Order: sequence, then C-alpha cells, then structure tokens
Amino acid sequence: MVGITSYGAYVPLYRLNRVEIGRAWDIPAAPGERAVANYDEDSLTMAVEAARDCVRGIDTESIDGLFLASTTSPYKDKQAAATIAMVLGMNRESLTMDFSGSLRCGTNALRAAVDAVRSGSASSILVIASEMRLGHPAGANEISFGDGAAAVLIGSKAVIAEVEGSHSIYEELQGFWRSDRDLFVRSAEDRFIVDVGYNKVVPAAVTGALKKFNLTPKDFSTCVLYVPSQRQVGALVKRLGFDPKTQSKDTLFSSVGDAGSAMPMMSLVQALEEAAAGNRIMLVAYGNGCDVFSLKITNDIEEVKVKDKMGISRCLESKKMLSNYNRYLRWRELVTVQPPARPPIEYRLPGPQALWKENEKELRLRGTKCKKCGTPQYPPQRVCVNCRAKDNFEYCSFLDKKAKVFSFCHDHLMATIDPPVTVAVLDFEGGGRMLTDMTDRDPAECKVGMSVEPTFRKLYYVGGIYNYWWKCRPAR
Amino acid sequence: MEGIKDRVAIIGMGCIKFGENWEQTIDDMIIDAVYEAYDDAGVGPDDIQAAWWGSVWAGETAQIAASPLKLGYIPFTHVENACATGSEALRGACYAVASGVVDIALAVGAEKLKDTGFMGLPQVRPIATWSYRVPSDTPPAEFAMMATGYFAKHGLSVEEGKKLLAQIAVKNHHNGSLNTKAHFQREITLEMVMNAAIVAYPLGLFDCCGVSDGAAAAIVTRADMATKFRPDPIYIKAATICQGPHEGFLSQNYDFAHVEETKRAGLAAYKEAGIGNPREEISCAEVHDCFTITELTIYEDMQFSRPGQAGDDIQAGTFGLDGILPINTDGGLKCFGHPVGASGLRMMYEIYKQLQGKADKRQVKNPRLGLTHNQGGAPGTATVSVVIAGNELD
Repeated sequence: MVGITSYGAYVPLYRLNRVEIGRAWDIPAAPGERAVANYDEDSLTMAVEAARDCVRGIDTESIDGLFLASTTSPYKDKQAAATIAMVLGMNRESLTMDFSGSLRCGTNALRAAVDAVRSGSASSILVIASEMRLGHPAGANEISFGDGAAAVLIGSKAVIAEVEGSHSIYEELQGFWRSDRDLFVRSAEDRFIVDVGYNKVVPAAVTGALKKFNLTPKDFSTCVLYVPSQRQVGALVKRLGFDPKTQSKDTLFSSVGDAGSAMPMMSLVQALEEAAAGNRIMLVAYGNGCDVFSLKITNDIEEVKVKDKMGISRCLESKKMLSNYNRYLRWRELVTVQPPARPPIEYRLPGPQALWKENEKELRLRGTKCKKCGTPQYPPQRVCVNCRAKDNFEYCSFLDKKAKVFSFCHDHLMATIDPPVTVAVLDFEGGGRMLTDMTDRDPAECKVGMSVEPTFRKLYYVGGIYNYWWKCRPAR
Repeated sequence: MEGIKDRVAIIGMGCIKFGENWEQTIDDMIIDAVYEAYDDAGVGPDDIQAAWWGSVWAGETAQIAASPLKLGYIPFTHVENACATGSEALRGACYAVASGVVDIALAVGAEKLKDTGFMGLPQVRPIATWSYRVPSDTPPAEFAMMATGYFAKHGLSVEEGKKLLAQIAVKNHHNGSLNTKAHFQREITLEMVMNAAIVAYPLGLFDCCGVSDGAAAAIVTRADMATKFRPDPIYIKAATICQGPHEGFLSQNYDFAHVEETKRAGLAAYKEAGIGNPREEISCAEVHDCFTITELTIYEDMQFSRPGQAGDDIQAGTFGLDGILPINTDGGLKCFGHPVGASGLRMMYEIYKQLQGKADKRQVKNPRLGLTHNQGGAPGTATVSVVIAGNELD
C-alpha cells in the first residue's frame, strides 16, 4: 500500500485584512484576510517549516527523497530541494527534485512521489509545496493571493491515506502565467479562464478519473478541489455531482488566500486533520491541465493526529494582523524607502566557499556537546568553553529545542527591511546558548524569560545570494 | 614575573580636539597629536627609537602613521584590539621600554570616522573568521542587551534602569562642558536623556557615545631616566589587557549584567600595582563609557561600587567631579568622543594631566593614582585593557 504517512503545514503568522488593500487603493476588496509571509520568509523557508511539521518525531535519515514544488523558488537555477534536505539532515543518497511551472506543480510532485515509491525506486519521499506569489499592486491577484506551504510524506509503511489512483490531463492554455521577465503573476480574462479552463478541463479530468477508478462521487466523503477562484470551486464541486454541503470543506481562500500550487496540498492537509478511517477523499488540482487523486483513509490516521503538529488548523488560530498595507509593500520591497545612513549591505556578500563550509552547523543548527563535562555549545566548539577538553565532543542539534530569552534589545540602527531588528540571547532547554534575531514578534511584547523556538529564515539577499539561517520566534 | 610597576614613565602626551574634524586628514591629526607630545616631552622625531600605531579602520601597516611622521626607519608596529586599540599601542611602547630594548618609545592612535558618510561605526568583512550566519546587530544593540540583562538581574523596571543610566550621561556631559577638547561641550538634563530617540532599546541617543575623529599620542621612557626630561613624569603602575574566550555567547553561566573581562583585567591590574582597595586608593579614572550601561557595570566590575550597588553610588554622586572617585572627568567617550584607535590614549591623556595638576576646571584634589579602562568587543566577548598610573614612585 502506497500513500501518505504523515502531513504538515505552514501558514505565516501575519494576515492582512483585504479591506486594508482596498482602502490603500480605493478599490473594492473581497472579504476575508490573506496570509502574508514576513519580510524574512520566502517559499524556501516556508517549505522548511511545513516539512519540519510533517517529519516531527520521524527520523529524517529514513527518508530517501525530497520533492519541492513552487513557482516562486528563490533561485531560477539552483535547487531548493537540496537546501531543504540539508536543513532537515536527510540521507545524502536521497533523491531531491524541484518541481515548478504551473499551479499544478504541487500535485505533479505528489504524483511523481507516489509513482516512485510504488515502483520501488524510493521508499519514502517528502513532498512539499510552497508559494509566495506576487500580484500586481492594486490588482485582483494581490487581493486574492496568500502565502503558505504544506508537506506530505509518501511511503508504504504505516500509511494513513492510501493513494488508490491518480489521473492527469494537460491543457495548453494561457490562464495564469509569469514569464521569466515578470515579477507579478498575470492572468487572462476571467470569463475565458472559467469557460475554457475550469469548466472544460476539470470536468474532463474528473470524469476520466472516476471512470478509471471505477468510482462515483457518492463513494467520496470529501472532494478537495482547487481552481484559483473561491466561487468557481463551489460551482465546480456541484457541477461534478458532489454535494457542496456535505462533501466539500471550507476553502482557505478567505483565511489564507490563494496559495497557488501549495493550495491543493494545504487543503488536503486540512481534510486529513478532520478525516476518519474509511473516508475517501478526492483531490483535484487545476493548472495547465488537471491532476486527480483518490485517497482512502486508514486506521493509522489516529496515530498521526495525536502528534504535536501545527497543521493547518493550529496555523490558522495562531496569527497577528498586519496594521496596514504599507507593511506588506515594505516587506516585499515593492516601494523604495529611504535607505538608512549605514554601510551598504554589500559588505556582507557571502562567498559560496564560506557558506558551504558552514552548511552542517548553520543550516542544521548543529552544535557540540562536551563528552567530558556535558556542556552543549553552539556553534560547534573543538575546545570546550567550560572544561577546555579538546576534540572530545559529540554533535547535537538545537533544531527542535525550546528556548527562553535571557536578554534582548531592539536595534534601530541596523539596516534592515523592517526595523528595528530584535536581537536575543537564547538559553536552550537542556543547555546551550545562542545569539540570534527574533522575528514574528511584537517589540512591545518581548520580555526576558519568554518562550521562543527556532525558525528558518532569510537573513538577507545580496549579490544574487540568499543567505539563510535560524532566527527565533515567540512560541506559536 | 616582575610586572611593569614603576619601570616605565610617560614624559609627554598630546591629544587633539576630538569631533567632526571635517577639515583635517588623518595625517593632520596624527601630526598634531604627536608634535604636541614631542613639545610636552621636550624631544623630537630623532629621539624616538620605536613606535606603536593604533587604529582599527585607517588601513594596513604602520605606514599610515610612519608616512606623515617621517620617523627615521625605526621599528613601527601596527596594533589592533578593537576599541581597546589605543591602550594596546601604549602597552606595546611600555613593554618595549620595560624590556630594555629601547629607551624612548612612541604610542600614537588615531581614527577618521566621520568621512564614512553614515552613522555609527564602519562594518567590514574579515576574510577567515567571518560567519555569514550571524545576528544583524550593531554595537549599541550588543550593549543594550547588557542593559536588559542588568535590569532583569536587579529587578529594575526599564524606567528605573534608564533613570540610573541617564544620570551617568548627565554627569559626563557636565564634565565635557568643562573641556575645550571634547567633541560635545553641552550640558544636558535628565529629561533630555529620558525622552531621547531610541537607538537600541532600552538605550536612547544620550546613552550612546559620540562617533568622532581624533588622535592622541604618548612618549614613554625608562622610569629612571624620566626626570631628565621633566620634573613631573607619570609612572606606569600596571598595564594589562584581558581577552575573553567568547564565553558569554557560548555558556549560560554569563549573566549579561557585567563584563567578565573587565573584572579580570581589574584584578590583574590591581595586583600588578599593589592596590588593595581601589575605591579608596584610585584618585580618578577614565573608563570605557561607550554606552551608559557600560560605565554602570564598570563601577561594580572594577570594585568602585559593591556588587549590585552601582545605583546607590550614582544617586550619591560618588563618581562626579566632587565625588570621592571622579570618573570620566574629561567627558568620557560620551562627550570627548570615540575615535576608536585614539580613545585609550585619550583616556591616559586626561589621567596624565590630572596627575600633573593640569586639568583646569576639571582638576581633582590631590590625585595620586589614576586608572584607564578601555574595552573592545561586546559584553560576552570582550577585550579589556586597564592601565594604572601614578605621579610618584613607590
């Protein structure tokens, strides 16, 4: 049996009420709110968070594949999946791949993973979909889009949702696109996309899938369907023969926003959180064609549910509202603000040689624990700070450790996209100290002794290089 | 181990006016400081047998100072120990004389910081030791965390803590107002300090020292030769520097409410100088008040105040010009300014003048021993120099 063995999700802490966008541009805005990744987040960092949520309690050495799906990967030419595999400490012989190119790339990756495990070429593959797309300011996409990520682990042992079948069709259609010269997502005229895109492609794919699976809509307890329009999702579910009241979940459009290729997997995770053994879920994802899956929930779902996961539900509960739309513009660097009277960031241009040398300790948040006196230290120390034993240590990870703030400050002088920089001294539970930035925080709420947890973030971008490291955030 | 006590004497010093010296080049500043020291000692360039140059950002090698000064092909050493660089240059010169290798040595430190075009200190990228995964902070932030740590340890609210710190800024501004060579010569009020813009919370603008241009120099010789040059030489009683092993950032033992390197450098210097009760025996001190919280913790770490009681001493005016132990009589880094490589020598310039009774309106009564405390690095990972000088041989 091949299917999903674990799941995880990530929605950034910040949400922007769409009314704020409407107010800023004097235009009508759809109801609800959209998730906004912080200025130090991107598709890669959100993918790391969703992946960590998915593999919590699982030995990452046992996973031998990692597929990342995103149309907004930080690099056009450099694999993000390899970065994430390094962060997670995965086996070096894992197969890593980036999927991109359409709204459907998340389910493309899912299907590839299922097929790979089924064929025996891999035993366990982590599939992550993550998006942080930009719509043109004052446009409908900016209002409807939202940022987020989800991850599922595909394997053949302790399966919680068996992938019974999959079916795909393609369609060459300029519906939503972004050329290699574009910053913002473009879209064709609404009626054209609805009539020719959703209403022709999705029914064709679902009809073909049902025939192939030898099932009818009544055989499914839930239909998780994604097209990039809340209204059209409802209409399509009905048109396909499902009962929108009983077989369709609340979509994430009004709470997260349209997260593009991450949306089908985020909605699937939301459905898994509520699923019971014996349920059957249809997953439908649109984008230059359509992918359809049939998933059957097993008894093992209860084992995963009891794990300490954020999932979609806890992510939705844990949020802070952005006070205004200008913060969003600032975070995405869509406006040029007055630069601080400080040295230009170029002095921090990292050399690939130096970054590579730091991978193990900095990307994995790995320190040392002295074998003589037991003192944990970060970053790794060859000579123990406590007893000066030389080269007598074992490596230890601080990645899943809780910590308390020992001291902190808010630096208004440091050049940053969103001042001030909050710097904190962290004391980890069980020992070890770290000096790092605190993010996702309200400066007024920072206190000595507050609980924080490590979070993977983008420190800065300079000279074509994104520099990632671990910050801390108030425990979510 | 004999130590350096009473083996070396300062016979001449120079210090230019610190500030935004737009019209001066670093060459101008070096020349003005060194020639004031020559005149003060009654020597010339031909008398200097070895020299030490202290600067963090001026450039590579001691050529930076050798070129304007045109010294005659003598050993000239460039030293760098962050903000303790000036004291490190002085220590090098003193050690050379104490070793007997040379009889007369020069120490000079200078920095041209105001031509960078931005606020604060420059930031540069070392090649071998730089990690690119480091927190994004500036020096004010590094010291602000000690303010947070001190307030937390002693149960002070931010308001209460900031009020204590503000009195240090007010004191140093008062002293600076009496000093024509200081960068800032203006009195300030407690309200101004409390209401100032935040630089690195909880520290505000007046909690932070000035970024300045400046230069200072000292000429040292053997103690037994000193009175040949002048009747009132100043004798080195201790010259030490303490490098911390980065413990504060690695170990949960560090409390972010003191600077361990200051404590240890103080202990070492007091031992070398034979001082048992610093609060009673030290007549005046110049300490590294890069931020008000630094000066507060120095009171305790240098044993001027009992642990946890710096606040009581601040309220009592212990460290004011009329107090029992005047500190930063020249205005300190806060008002005299902080051209990094020059600061340690500037501190000694004030102690030297005080011990000679030449400190004008800032003169303390009957001084016998003076001390400089000069810190590089940040709380948790610092470099601290302590030099003690006296106007009499023991």
